[in-house]
Amino acid sequence: MSIKYAEAEPATTDATKYVGRAVDRIDGPAKTTGEARFAAEYSYPDLAYAALVHATIPRGRITAIDTAAARAVRGVIDVLTHESTPAMKPPPKPSVLDLSSMVAGTSVNYLGTDEVHWNGQPIAVVVAETPETARYAASLVRPAYQELPAATDFEAEKHHAVPQKSSLISEASANKGDAPAALAAAPYAVDLTFSTPPQSHNAIEPHASTAVWDGDRLTLHEGTQNIPWTRRHLALRFGVPEKGIRILSPYVGGGFGGKGSVWAGTLLAVLAARVTGRAVRLALTRESVYHTVGGRTASTQRVALGAEADGRLTALIHTSVSRTGRTGGSGEQITAGSRHLYAAPNIHLQQNVVQLDLLANTFMRAPGESIGTFAMESAVDELAWKLGMDPIELRMRNEPERDPLGGQEFSGRRLREAYALGAERFGWHARDPRAGAMRDGKWLVGMGVATAYHPSLQMMASVTVRLEAAGTLVVRCGLHEMGMGTATVQAQIAADEMGVPLEQVRVEYGDSDLPPGPQAGGSMQTATAAAGVLAACAKLKRTLTGLARRAPGSPLRGTRPADVQARDGGLYAGGRGLTYKELLSAAGRDHVEAEVKGSTLAFMAKFLRERRKWVKAATGAHFCEVRVDPDTMEVRVSRWLGVFDAGTIINARTAASQLRGGIVMGLGMALSEHTLIDPRNGRVVNPSLSEYHLPVHADVPHIDVEWLNEPDPNMPLGLRGIGEVGITGVAAAVANAVRHATGKRVADLPITLDKLL
Amino acid sequence: MKVNGDVAALDVEPWVSLLDALRERLGVTGPKKGCDQGACGACTVLADGVRINSCLALAVQYDGQEITTIEGVDHPLQEAFVRNDGLQCGYCTSGQICSAIGMLAEHAAGMPSAAGGSGALTEDEVRERMSGNLCRCGAYNGIVDAIMEVAR
Amino acid sequence: MKPFAYVKPADVEAALHAAATEPGAKFLGGGTNLVDLMREGIEQPQTVVDVTGLPFDTVEDLPDGGLRIGALVRNSALAADPRVRDRYPVLSQALLSGASGQLRNMATVGGNLLQRTRCLYFYDTTSACNKREPGSGCDALDGFNRSCAILGVSDSCIATHPSDMCVALAALDAVVEVRGTGGTRRVPVTDLHRLPGDTPEIETDLAPGELITAVELPPAPADSRYRKVRDRASYAFALVSVAAALEVSDGTVTLARLALGGIAPKPWRAREAERLLTGGPADEAAFRRAAEAELAAASVRDGNAFKTSLATATIVATLRELSQEGAVR
Repeated sequence: MSIKYAEAEPATTDATKYVGRAVDRIDGPAKTTGEARFAAEYSYPDLAYAALVHATIPRGRITAIDTAAARAVRGVIDVLTHESTPAMKPPPKPSVLDLSSMVAGTSVNYLGTDEVHWNGQPIAVVVAETPETARYAASLVRPAYQELPAATDFEAEKHHAVPQKSSLISEASANKGDAPAALAAAPYAVDLTFSTPPQSHNAIEPHASTAVWDGDRLTLHEGTQNIPWTRRHLALRFGVPEKGIRILSPYVGGGFGGKGSVWAGTLLAVLAARVTGRAVRLALTRESVYHTVGGRTASTQRVALGAEADGRLTALIHTSVSRTGRTGGSGEQITAGSRHLYAAPNIHLQQNVVQLDLLANTFMRAPGESIGTFAMESAVDELAWKLGMDPIELRMRNEPERDPLGGQEFSGRRLREAYALGAERFGWHARDPRAGAMRDGKWLVGMGVATAYHPSLQMMASVTVRLEAAGTLVVRCGLHEMGMGTATVQAQIAADEMGVPLEQVRVEYGDSDLPPGPQAGGSMQTATAAAGVLAACAKLKRTLTGLARRAPGSPLRGTRPADVQARDGGLYAGGRGLTYKELLSAAGRDHVEAEVKGSTLAFMAKFLRERRKWVKAATGAHFCEVRVDPDTMEVRVSRWLGVFDAGTIINARTAASQLRGGIVMGLGMALSEHTLIDPRNGRVVNPSLSEYHLPVHADVPHIDVEWLNEPDPNMPLGLRGIGEVGITGVAAAVANAVRHATGKRVADLPITLDKLL
Repeated sequence: MKVNGDVAALDVEPWVSLLDALRERLGVTGPKKGCDQGACGACTVLADGVRINSCLALAVQYDGQEITTIEGVDHPLQEAFVRNDGLQCGYCTSGQICSAIGMLAEHAAGMPSAAGGSGALTEDEVRERMSGNLCRCGAYNGIVDAIMEVAR
Repeated sequence: MKPFAYVKPADVEAALHAAATEPGAKFLGGGTNLVDLMREGIEQPQTVVDVTGLPFDTVEDLPDGGLRIGALVRNSALAADPRVRDRYPVLSQALLSGASGQLRNMATVGGNLLQRTRCLYFYDTTSACNKREPGSGCDALDGFNRSCAILGVSDSCIATHPSDMCVALAALDAVVEVRGTGGTRRVPVTDLHRLPGDTPEIETDLAPGELITAVELPPAPADSRYRKVRDRASYAFALVSVAAALEVSDGTVTLARLALGGIAPKPWRAREAERLLTGGPADEAAFRRAAEAELAAASVRDGNAFKTSLATATIVATLRELSQEGAVR
């Protein structure tokens, strides 16, 4: 059976509209010719190179640090240690009053302390004339330590976890009815324990910074998902005016959350440049990324479900333990999806967290939801086995009409349609419900499903749109491009709003001199920027309409503003109108600009108001087919379909890629990814791409993605963020397919063959 | 050494890799550094037309050879990558394209693969032969589509 | 990496002379392993002798029907050689299952023979590793040892030899030609690599300064194949691999060659299994008995205990497939 992927039809039949179309990404040519330059690719005449020295103990104090051998290497400019270097100002305490305070990856003041908080913490920086010299000299720095006891073993420490605190954005627990009693009384029940390992983002571009000081002014080439907060943070840490810092980040070589915080590399590059008076580049080695940039927490989870014989859930219990570092990180929202997925009358959710002497954890693509849906959706599947019921049917019997906990309305939720369409397209009806019953030659074949779920949020953005005399529309916003097609989709939106050809739109982004955009995280950037672009375009249209109604000789003199439309490169009312070029010429202006400013207070107010009324989320149905070698139990994913209810799709091409990208990362999570942290000393012992197994070409089959394209009534243009929903549920769909193929339930990721033998 | 058609006279220490010679000495930054240990393929260049990982190549070993990086490539694959969205962040893209060019030449010359054959270039063949080029954004489908389009 | 002197001799005598006279000299082939290890600080030669200019880059027929393979033949070229593909499919398959297209274009036969383990603790220079730093201990024994060896191990080291090619060569009874200043000698590939014992830092039978110049294959067995099991579909080291050749006549095994990868500190020739197979029935039960006998001596740790059953299953599957294809020439 083979299903041909069809590009989704345009959202609109209006041929002049760009939203919904499969538009080529604007930065495609730059990225396929080598023209696109990343943070480590800006040259300065006095450029020096830095390399990090990492602690080799998990906790303790540096009693001495011998840099003589390193300094003796020809070409070494300086060796920065806590003994030799003026300390940066300490990082601010996290506070909701200043959200940028959240951007610090850890609370450690690097080189401002003799304390070691994790195995791999940077404790010295070598600056040299060449990258080879810096790296070699770094290997010659000899620290001595006084070691202190350290808790580095998640398995041993998870029993000391404490209830996680709820935050404004994310609640850590929920109770409805009496779930334990309902579970005990349920005629059918499953009660399973799951575990997921630490994982690492492994963007192919390792973190890199090129820092150049000029007095108190700093230019920083940096791959970041958060320009404005990074700028503010650096201003605080170095005691310089924020306005004097310019961060340039036009291309980010993958982020996935790993470039959403300020980590040691950035700070130490800026510090090294400050201390040496040279332009300094610090391009982290892959190993240094592992030692300085947090990853996904390990987790242990319990999911217990009670049901009637007809499949209706009576009890839903989901508890979790995640871990932070003692110097940073936050408990993950592992049960977040379980708040909204199933209409159980009795629900108990509790997230717990334990602090370890390890590098802080951090956001990694759908933090919490990606591993939480693995557990929940695996347990639902196991319940279906117990009931002898089709797993899609079980889900449909428990599909809620309103939010199961809060009772709010869903701001559009079409999981039923997603499953129905997916089942038809995937050939679900051909699935033999018995375990191990399907074969293709020697291969055992299994099919599994799982639900994808990710909340749809929106932050605040400042956006300027400017119409220039030549007819070019310039959209200016400090957005981040790390592969999502940021500039392309905002150009499409602006082109439609102002009625100009896409080729005449230029999006300026990735620069702190631009009006501040939102962070690229939480699947929020596109919707947030879209809201800003829409508002700015509306404002610009009002200004232009005013000009057009007043300009001497304008055919629009005397028309009512409400009758004026932006289309065909100008303003028109009925059959009359003028092009923007004509308008600006008539008005004697070389450009007209409109600006909207984002406000934190307005954002918080809107967020809290809306949360009481609606539950907004992108959802989806994953369909997975695996083949398992009956001798060796190697698992190969052979087919995939994801059907998403993700609101309006702005760009059919980049959206498909982003959803597929989430699924591919989910395949890695399901089958191979595992950051090995030695429980004896907290050392990451596979800090490389050869021993941390990302999916390669040969692991990834053709992935079908479809979407329902139904606008969300409460999101700008009806769009929902799609950066993360793709990965949620993926590991469960794989585990469920493996269960079908082999009869074995693997509850601890990754599903490697040894767990099936 | 010839880089993208131009003679580049380079005096580098023996411990400088071809990748660092290109990026840091010659300002040819198209080849990317993703792992510096031959595990990701982002640094792939063509040496006398053969695809190699420039991070594990000492520059001195390639004295006299003709090195082609993405900057020196003018190939239908580049547009095909854009058309098929065989990229997202763009960091692995230079390596993917250089690798694909070398791979197509290998296949045309009859090089077998672990996917089983040296016959027709199927999608599975492309996937196996391109497995030395990691893409964390997960643009694998688009990359394979682009290569298949050009191979046809 | 630590600074070093680089020489590129024009002939083998000059290469041997350089290796014998320059202190701390190492031969460099394609660089795919040595350059990585040097950058990690694990290898720190004072002099690198680049041998890629030497004329050992051809594959030649031998009068007895075998093949002589120059030590500098690139892995990709050897895998693509029509004689290898036709007569020694196990070797071609093993080469193609290793690394990536780019690395195979760089890596040489000689370098592949001498590549070093991928044990996590060998690579992490802050860990204890008797192979990297004799006497420091072995963090793999009670650490992450999922990839480690189960046969031929010692209390001082449980690292595996990572090569695929060598496993095929072991099954094929290949002989390695080695040259030193004192002359040329021939070493069966199964004797080239040493078991760790108390000296895991000594990995081969080579004397300092000796250079591998060629590998010779005797005439090929009837049919052979390589099966590699790993954690992803491509571009990963073996958890277990099997190189096998089988000849069957009237349901009876007349020739069996079996070598295993991923489970031992050296390419593991499974002689006990071969002994049990030869003259016995070519059926599943016999294959399983032979595999289990070979693995009876397995010494497993927490993380790698699964390799016993995985190796057994892979051996049985490989022999089954060979026998079902009517491996009679």
